Amino acid sequence: MTATAGTVETAGAQPTEALARWARRNAWSLGLLAFFAALLVFTKFIQPSYGVTGVQGLAISVLPLALAAVAQAIVVISGGIDLSIGSMMALTNVVAASLMLGRSDEFAVVVVVGVLLLGLVLGAVNGALVVLTRVPDIVVTLAMSFVWAGCALLVLKTPGGGSAQWLKDLVLGPLGNEWIPKAAIVLVLIVGLIWWAVRRSRFGLSLYAIGSNQLAAFRSGVSVGRAKVFAYALTGLFAAFAGLSLTASTGIGNPLSGSYTLQSVAAVVLGGVSLAGGRGGAFGPIVAVLILALLRTDMTFLNLNPNLATSAQGIILIGVVMVGTLFQIRRGRP
Amino acid sequence: MTETVRTERAGARWLTVAAWRGLFRDRPIIPLLGLLGVLMVVSELVRPGIVSTQWLGAMVRGAVPLAILAGCQTLAMITGGIDLSVGAVASMSGFVVATFVSSPGGWPVGLAVALVAAILAGLVTGIGVGVFRVHPLIMTLGMSFVVLGLANVWQLVKVQAGGGVPPELRWLGSASVAEIVPYSLLVFVPVAVLILLILRRTGYGRLLYAIGDNPIAARLSGARAWQVLITLYVLSAVLAAIAGFVLTGLTNVASVTLADSAVLPSVAAAVIGGTSIMGGRGGYGGTMVGALILTVISSLLSSLGYPEAVRQVLFGAIIVAVAAAYTRVTAEA
Repeated sequence: MTATAGTVETAGAQPTEALARWARRNAWSLGLLAFFAALLVFTKFIQPSYGVTGVQGLAISVLPLALAAVAQAIVVISGGIDLSIGSMMALTNVVAASLMLGRSDEFAVVVVVGVLLLGLVLGAVNGALVVLTRVPDIVVTLAMSFVWAGCALLVLKTPGGGSAQWLKDLVLGPLGNEWIPKAAIVLVLIVGLIWWAVRRSRFGLSLYAIGSNQLAAFRSGVSVGRAKVFAYALTGLFAAFAGLSLTASTGIGNPLSGSYTLQSVAAVVLGGVSLAGGRGGAFGPIVAVLILALLRTDMTFLNLNPNLATSAQGIILIGVVMVGTLFQIRRGRP
Repeated sequence: MTETVRTERAGARWLTVAAWRGLFRDRPIIPLLGLLGVLMVVSELVRPGIVSTQWLGAMVRGAVPLAILAGCQTLAMITGGIDLSVGAVASMSGFVVATFVSSPGGWPVGLAVALVAAILAGLVTGIGVGVFRVHPLIMTLGMSFVVLGLANVWQLVKVQAGGGVPPELRWLGSASVAEIVPYSLLVFVPVAVLILLILRRTGYGRLLYAIGDNPIAARLSGARAWQVLITLYVLSAVLAAIAGFVLTGLTNVASVTLADSAVLPSVAAAVIGGTSIMGGRGGYGGTMVGALILTVISSLLSSLGYPEAVRQVLFGAIIVAVAAAYTRVTAEA
C-alpha cells in the first residue's frame, strides 16, 4: 500500500492522469453520486415544492441507516458479515435513552462516551467469538443478534426513555445555511474522521488484506485474528453511533427498532462493496442509502403505492448485482 | 491426524476423543437426540408432570412449520447457499389463501394462486443465483423485499374483499388426533420423506452436495449447476409456501410478515442439525431434530416464566455453543 501511495504521489506530477486514475478507482461511487444528483433533479421536477424541508427530512431520516451501512461496510470489506448490527443498534439506543432520561447534560456526555465504548465491546465480543469458535461469521452474528436483541428488551421493555437536549440539537435542524442539515455534517464528521484515520493506519490496511486474501495476508505477517476482532469492534462502534443517532433523532429508545440489519446489507452491496471482501469503501454505501430513501419519497410524490417501494428496492438490489456480476463474468473474473 | 494414530494404538477402546469426534461428524443425529432427551428431562425436572404425550404432540405441532422452513435452508446450505426469502414467501402464501376465503372458488383457488406465486418467486431466485451467479444471500434478500412489497400491495387491493384463515387450514395447522398426533404431520411426513429421499437416494441430491462441496469440480464433471440451482430454489419456495399454509393454520393469523421471525431460527435449526453453511455437508435428519430442539428450548424457557428477552439471549447463546461444538469436533486438523 505504501508503494501504491507512492505511485499516486508521483503521478500527482501529472494531475489529469492522477485524477483519471482516482475517478477510475471510484467509478462506482461517482456513478452513484451522479445518479443521486439526477434523482434530486427529478424529485424537484415532479414535486416543485421539494426544498429545504425535504432535504432536512431526508438527512435526518437516513442518518441511522447510513451509519449502519458504514458499520456493515467495514466488516464486509474484511471478508465477514455482521447480521447483529440492527440488534446492537437497538441495544445502544435503549441503553442511551434509559440512562439519559431526566439526567443532566453533563451526565449525558458520559453516557454518550460510555455507549460508544459499549458498542466497541459488543463488536469485539462478536469478533472474538468468530475468531475463537471458527464458526462461520454469518452463524455467529445471527445468533448474537438474538443475544443483543434480548439484552435490549431487558433494558427497556417498551419504547421509552429520553434524550439530552444537546444530543437532539446535534442532529436536528440546519447549521448556518438552511440548506445544510446538521445530520449531514455529523455524518460526514463521524465517518470522515474515523474512516480516514482507519484507512491511513496499519489496521485499515490489514482490514483490506484479510478481506481480499486471508492466506496471503497471514503469510505477509498480518495477525488475522486480531485484525478480524478489530473489524468487528469498529463495526460495533459504528452501530453504537447509529443507535445514538436513533436516540437523538427520535428522542426515545425503542428495543424493537426497524429492520436495519438487512437494509444495511442491501446498502453495502449497492454501494459497491464486494460481499467477497477486500473491495469498496464507506462512501458508496452512504450514497446508496440516500438513493434508496429518496426513491421511496419519489414514489409517494408520484402517487404510487408506497409498498411498491419495498419491491422496487429488492428489484434494484437484484438488478444492480446482476449487472455487476455479468460484467465480471465478461471480464473473465468469476 | 495424530489423534487417529493414538486411537489405533489404544486398540479397541471406543470411548476415545476420536471416536466421539467421528460420532459427531458422521452421525450428528445421535448426540442431537441425546441433547433433546436431556432437554426433556430438564423440562420434567423444572415442571414435574409437564412431559406427556400431549406435550410431545404440542411440541411436534409447533416444530412442523419451522422444520419445513429449515428444510429449505438445509437444501440451500448444502449447495453453499442460503434462502432468506423463505419468510416472505411463507407469509405471502398463507396470506393469499386467507384473502381468497370469501371469493368465488374459495380457499382452494387461493392455494393454487399462492403456489404459483411461490413458484414464480423461486424461479426468479433460481435464475438469479444459477444463471446470473448473484450471491444467494443478496438474491434471496432482494427477493424477500420484492415479495413483501407485492404482498403489501395485494393486501390493499383485497382489503375490501374480506378474508380469514380458512377452517381447513386451522384444522391442518392446529388440530390433532385425540389431542396428541397433530394433523400437520399429514403434510410434514411426505415433505420430510421427499427431502430425505432427494438427498440420500437421488442423483439430484448428490449434485446438490457436489456443487456445495466443490463447484469447480462439479462443473468439470459435467454437472449443470444452473439447472440444479433453479430447481433447488423453486423447490425451496414451494416448501416455504407449504410451511406458510401450516403456520397460518397454527397461529390462526394471516399477515404479510407472519413468518419473518422464523427465518433466522430456520437457519439456526439447520446449523444445529449439523448442516454446514459452507456447503457440501449436512442432512435433513439432523435439521428435523434441530427444529424440535429449538421448539423445546423456547417452550422450556417460557414454562420457567422467563421473559421473552431472556429467552432470546439464551437462544442465541445456545446456537453459538452448539455451532462451536460442531466446528470443534468436525475440524479436520
